[in-house]
Amino acid sequence: MTKPEQLIDQLRTRFADDLTSSEVTPTAEITIETTVEKMSAVFLALRDDEQFQFDTMIDICGVDYLAFGVAEWQTEEPENTGFSRGVDSIADVADDLVAQPGRRFASVYHLLSTALNHRLRVRVYAPENDFPAVNSVTGIWRGANWFERESFDLFGIVYEGHPDLRRLLTDYGFIGHPFRKDFPLSGHVEMRYDEEQKRVIYQPVSIKPRVLVPRVIRDDSRYVDGNNPQEASSDA
Amino acid sequence: MPELQNLTLNFGPQHPAAHGVLRLILEMDGEVILRADPHVGLLHRATEKLAESKPYNQSIGYMDRLDYVSMMCNEHGYVLAIEKLLGVKVPERAQYIRVMFDEITRILNHLLWIGAHGLDVGAMTVFLYAFREREDLMDVYEAVSGARLHATYYRPGGVYRDLPDVMPQFLAGKFRSEKDAGRLNENRQGSLLDFLEDFTNRFPGYVDEYETLLTDNRIWKQRLVDIAVVSPEQALQLGFTGPMLRGSGVEWDLRKKQPYEVYDRMDFDIPVGTNGDCYDRYLVRMEEMRQSNRIIRQCVGWLRVNPGPVMIDNHKFTPPSRTEMKGDMESLIHHFKLFTEGYCLPEGEVYSAIEHPKGEFGVYLVSDGANKPYRLKIRAPGFAHISAMDDLVRGHMLSDVVTVIGTQDIVFGEIDR
Repeated sequence: MTKPEQLIDQLRTRFADDLTSSEVTPTAEITIETTVEKMSAVFLALRDDEQFQFDTMIDICGVDYLAFGVAEWQTEEPENTGFSRGVDSIADVADDLVAQPGRRFASVYHLLSTALNHRLRVRVYAPENDFPAVNSVTGIWRGANWFERESFDLFGIVYEGHPDLRRLLTDYGFIGHPFRKDFPLSGHVEMRYDEEQKRVIYQPVSIKPRVLVPRVIRDDSRYVDGNNPQEASSDA
Repeated sequence: MPELQNLTLNFGPQHPAAHGVLRLILEMDGEVILRADPHVGLLHRATEKLAESKPYNQSIGYMDRLDYVSMMCNEHGYVLAIEKLLGVKVPERAQYIRVMFDEITRILNHLLWIGAHGLDVGAMTVFLYAFREREDLMDVYEAVSGARLHATYYRPGGVYRDLPDVMPQFLAGKFRSEKDAGRLNENRQGSLLDFLEDFTNRFPGYVDEYETLLTDNRIWKQRLVDIAVVSPEQALQLGFTGPMLRGSGVEWDLRKKQPYEVYDRMDFDIPVGTNGDCYDRYLVRMEEMRQSNRIIRQCVGWLRVNPGPVMIDNHKFTPPSRTEMKGDMESLIHHFKLFTEGYCLPEGEVYSAIEHPKGEFGVYLVSDGANKPYRLKIRAPGFAHISAMDDLVRGHMLSDVVTVIGTQDIVFGEIDR
């Protein structure tokens, strides 16, 4: 098994200017970022270079970074009013959120080399937020086909060069991309059988999703360095 | 003579051999398949999106419902991702329990697979045999978690509770006589580990029984040999993992190659196929059951002599005991915070993979420091396998489609998610 430090050195030497970022995470995984222009060449080299040999495309995953770091409820000091269920969910306030240009949608690839036994994560940001598009890797790994279709379906990321980019998981005739952060959990339409028309009809949803437990981001004493879980568990 | 046209055939979603809700659009030339286009998503529940709206611990139950025949393995992938990002180390006993239940789950999965696969291809009896053994193992599930299928037994930081000292027994009543109950309770007199040990003694004999029914069975071989041959290169290209990859002769098993928990201390072999056809994949899975049995035996042996905690006692992430909670203010606060708000994960991302009975089950977790995942992506092995349906069935006969669905060990809970 190749050591992460060794592999990342190899990657940095081989791709030098093609990478916009590269790091070894605290969990000893490697993440590299590249651009849409460079991605096809980078992926081809990752598959074919003697030192990498990433023979399997494990996973392709779309990510919508629109609401990254946005909490539904914030408290710093003790206060009289608690959290109520009237709080807005992320999807309700998503219209007010603005992502940095070219930083909203990313396609994240997980590669595995069974020959050399190492893994790699590659992230490619779609340069446009309104019409996210990256290049397809189906020509490099055949197995990428459905993963790209799924990401297209759920996030609306277009994979240019994909042979058959259709929706995969959602219903026939579905409108929208459900895993985007501005898409409500309950969806927009519901389906029922209509007794008068004698057929199944779609109508606007009648339920409003409630936030039962708010999304909070804490950096209080539980999470400061002196009390990090790593140390706490080693003396347990 | 009229010009012959290709026929488009709709297979499923309500078809007994579709293993759930698979809809296949088959383009046929007579009985030969020219093109297969699987339509999936009929069981899509947006598990990943639901998980984004819940604190981490509340999504464990959803994991059971992904691949609903290998419940605890799904949980394992999920809690492992959380633990990796938190940086916590699970107590040794919990690791052994997890390994043991992963292997129990693997046997459960393979038993259902052999039953359903046999049934699809026309061997009715195996199904009944396989369910007899599944019953015992589901009783084990029930004994530790209270549920026979959706256990929610693995928690970040360990497992929910230690193994019980007594195995639940059958009661005599209106539907079961005293004598029948006594017969069923014969091997349930001791602890859970005693019951499991007894099971591991019996199980190799059961696998022999399935093999006498199938391995040299003429019809079985006619239906499986040389069907859907996958070369090693092709298998890697298509993203195959697990028995689908090993059936093609690639020796790749995460339990050996990237061991997690205590798999590096276990003594077991990885079976691989040579031809990459359905028959080889059948043989691989049969041998895997025997190897799982070996691992369970080793775990039972270790667990007997090594008592200890099964959950870390850092109550920022795991609940304090009820008795502690009643008397200690701090424990009460911990309990309250844990069950109302949950815990926050540090900002970052993690991918954790386990060797699921069907292949590599991966969980990719992106956290922005909140008490809920920012993005949770589940990499289901079956998803990659079914996407290769077109490659596997092209040029085969219609009846072989059923064999291919069987050999892929399709479960829609994980494919549609």
